[in-house]
Amino acid sequence: MEIVEILEKNGLVFAFVVIGLVMWVSYQLSDKLSAGRLHGSAIAIIIGLLLAWLGGTISGGSKGLADLTLFSGIGLMGGSMLRDLAIVSTAYGVDMREIRKAGLAGATALALGIIVSFVVGALVAAAFGYTDAISMATIGGGAATYIVGPVTGTALGASSEVIALSVAAGLLKAVLVMIGTPFVAPYIGLNNAKSAMAYGGLMGTTSGVAGGLAATDKRLVPYGAMTATFYTGLGCLMGPSVFYLVLLAMFGN
Amino acid sequence: MIIFGVAALAACHLAGVILGDLLGSLLGVQSNVGGVGFAMLLLIFATDWMRRTGRLPAISEQGILFWSAMYIPIVVAMAAQQNVVAALAGGPIAIIAGVGATVACMALVPVVARIGGQDEALPPLTAQET
Repeated sequence: MEIVEILEKNGLVFAFVVIGLVMWVSYQLSDKLSAGRLHGSAIAIIIGLLLAWLGGTISGGSKGLADLTLFSGIGLMGGSMLRDLAIVSTAYGVDMREIRKAGLAGATALALGIIVSFVVGALVAAAFGYTDAISMATIGGGAATYIVGPVTGTALGASSEVIALSVAAGLLKAVLVMIGTPFVAPYIGLNNAKSAMAYGGLMGTTSGVAGGLAATDKRLVPYGAMTATFYTGLGCLMGPSVFYLVLLAMFGN
Repeated sequence: MIIFGVAALAACHLAGVILGDLLGSLLGVQSNVGGVGFAMLLLIFATDWMRRTGRLPAISEQGILFWSAMYIPIVVAMAAQQNVVAALAGGPIAIIAGVGATVACMALVPVVARIGGQDEALPPLTAQET
């Protein structure tokens, strides 16, 4: 078992090999099976999510494949540090005029995206019997992102069951956005910088938008990421304050 | 040197994240507000200035482009460590709330993107621009 030890010791390097293999397999599948219709990176992300499910099922942990010691390097490679560095690097060569032109649409998208997610989440919560303002705000926050939910719930003192539900809702949204973006892109006109900025602001989940736009057209990534990065912070700001107070006024405790 | 490009990128990343954290604590939120966005703007302005003053030779540029090219593999590694098990285990409330919010927001994209006039589609990708 010497080899396993060496691979564990060189976790990040081994991750490069593993992800390289995943990419190679994905681009082969894209070419051979879909004749290039389904983008290689979309397939790679789906394989990544499948591996995450497999890893999570085997280890019982919360970090997918990265919870298996052998694959812990994946945790470093895909962790928020290198992910954000890579996202920032995509801004190199971005046209500042595009961003200025789409500023208003981006800001509108942010406000609308947070409000719509909260409302949908709160309505679903109420439909299932969670009619108190705290639970509705928490599950609404989860429908925004899997960070807004627990931050809102913790601030308001929601039950751990409700917080867990909000995290699950947010995680599901991230996964859906990652997988679904390339498929819905043609129907919602997601093919230029401005619609990408609107998309980032409306969807908000950084991991979802980062993965989904990568699988659609890599050139859209910086525009979507630019607005998405404001979403979670604004959601955390509005959840325990404005949204909670509105819900409290409407539904009481 | 390649490291100059990497260092410029890393410095912009850190400065942006620090700004986002400051903004977050100013607003009283336990979260970073727009850190990556600020970092991206900083990188755009910094590299533009460096290029105009001849401080960004092609070789330094490679240090930024490398990370940009590593973006998709890194995102795949990110996908491989998502808590997919928990996402699927949340039961009907989590599923309906997650799916509902996603679909509702996706449907709004064309509406919002029309603000200030419709944009042209990007030109098609050339064969190996990945």
